[in-house]
Parts: sequence; C-alpha cells; structure tokens
Amino acid sequence: MNITQLLFWVLTVIAIGSALTIVTSKNPVYSVLGLIVTFFAISGHYILMNAQFLAIVNIIVYAGAIMVLFLFVIMLMNLSRTAETLKNKWLQIVGAIAGGCLFLVLIAALKNTEVKKNLVEMGTGDIGLVKNLGRELFTTFVIPFEISSILFLSAMVGSVVIGKKD
Amino acid sequence: MPINYYITLALCLFSIGVVGVLTRRNAIIVFMCIELMLNAVNLLLVAFSKMHHVAKGAAATAGSDGQLFVFFIMVVAAAEVSVGLAIIVMMYRNVHSININFLNRLKH
Repeated sequence: MNITQLLFWVLTVIAIGSALTIVTSKNPVYSVLGLIVTFFAISGHYILMNAQFLAIVNIIVYAGAIMVLFLFVIMLMNLSRTAETLKNKWLQIVGAIAGGCLFLVLIAALKNTEVKKNLVEMGTGDIGLVKNLGRELFTTFVIPFEISSILFLSAMVGSVVIGKKD
Repeated sequence: MPINYYITLALCLFSIGVVGVLTRRNAIIVFMCIELMLNAVNLLLVAFSKMHHVAKGAAATAGSDGQLFVFFIMVVAAAEVSVGLAIIVMMYRNVHSININFLNRLKH
C-alpha cells in the first residue's frame, strides 16, 4: 500500500465518520463542525485527484462561507440548548431502513457495471489546474458563467427581501 | 485507484444524507444533509472526470467538463443556502421553532 492509497483510506474514514456525526449528534453546532470536517476530507480527495481549483474553491466557498452562515444562523437563534421535541422512534428506524435500502440497491446496481474496472488518475493530469479550467470556463461555458452571476444577484436580493422585518 | 471505490464512498455519503433528511426534524440539519448529498455528487463527478481523462488517452481538455459542472453546482448551492437560510430565519421569527413538523399546516 503506497502513500496515495493510505491517504485515500484515511480521508475516506474521516469523511464517513464525520458525516455520521452530522446525522447522530443532538447539538446542531456539533453537526456543523462535523460537516466542516467532511468538507475538508472531500477537499483532500480533490487534492489527491489533482483537482486543485475545486479543492480550494470547496474550502473557501463551503467550509469558509456557507458553514459560517450556518453557524451564524444557529447562534442567532440560540438553538444549541433546545432539544428536539416530539422524538418519534419509529420514524428514525424507518428512515434508517429506507436509507440503507437505497444504499444496498445502488451498490447492487454498481456490481454488474462494466465501468468499475476503470482507473482514476491520481496525482497527475493538469485538467484540474486553474489555467485549464479558466480557459474552458471563459470560452465554452461563458454563457452559464454569466447567468450564474445573475443567479447570485437574484439570490442576494431575494434573501434580503425575505429577511426584511415588516 | 479503481473507480468503484470512489463510487462506493459517494454512495455512502449520499445515503447518510438521505437518512439525515428522513429522520431529523431540525430544519437546519435537514439543510446540511442536502449539502452533504450535493458534495457526494461533486466528489463522484470529479472522480469520473479523472477517469474520463485516462480513458480518452490523456487529451488536453478531456474531462474538464465534469469539473466545471462541479463549479456550477457549488454556485447554485451557495445561492440556495442563502435563500433557504433566509426562509428558515423568517419561519423562526414567526413561530419560534424550526421543527419541520410545523410545516404540516401547509396541507390545509
């Protein structure tokens, strides 16, 4: 087992463990912290696959901006001490069974595919660098890129209008 | 690294997100589980783009489409989070709870 495979397994265990923390923890602040750890593990996977632009954007946008927004909302509402009311045990069991069935069905569908023998390029390949992705973004995908700026503007205006006190 | 390891990891994260959406009643945690599902799909798209790059004989821009789709998914997710958290704050301001069982009254 070389260093790349070792890093893959370490990051996989961190990602799945912290994702389970999100679902199982009672305190919403711990859920947010678990989600931040999951995002850092996924960024580590991106770096292993040499997708450096996406790794940095994932840390800046998700772990930096979105998670700060979540923490800010949780602390604004002071939710961290209120327990969830109306605990329904059967609902949790049925939800876990449904998610497990989805996982089993998808794994069983994976079992008969041809694609599973293909290899993922690790550590090499320069399509994930900022230079190449930027060139593609401003030539082939320039229309969706400009439309996404309009989407951001409308989301900003919309959240201000929704949150306005009147 | 074979592609099926990455597919299995992404399926694991996605299923954990589905279980969280189905079982938790806190609106913010439901939202975070949706983010987790989006990230599982992002990881799968990056893995497939790197697989495609090998399969196409390492051509110059083969597989960069997948990574740009990941970029656009992140853009849409950021916009969605800002609007969704504004809705959650508004709901908390009106009913002083973020339990999504309250949304049952939308049926009437």
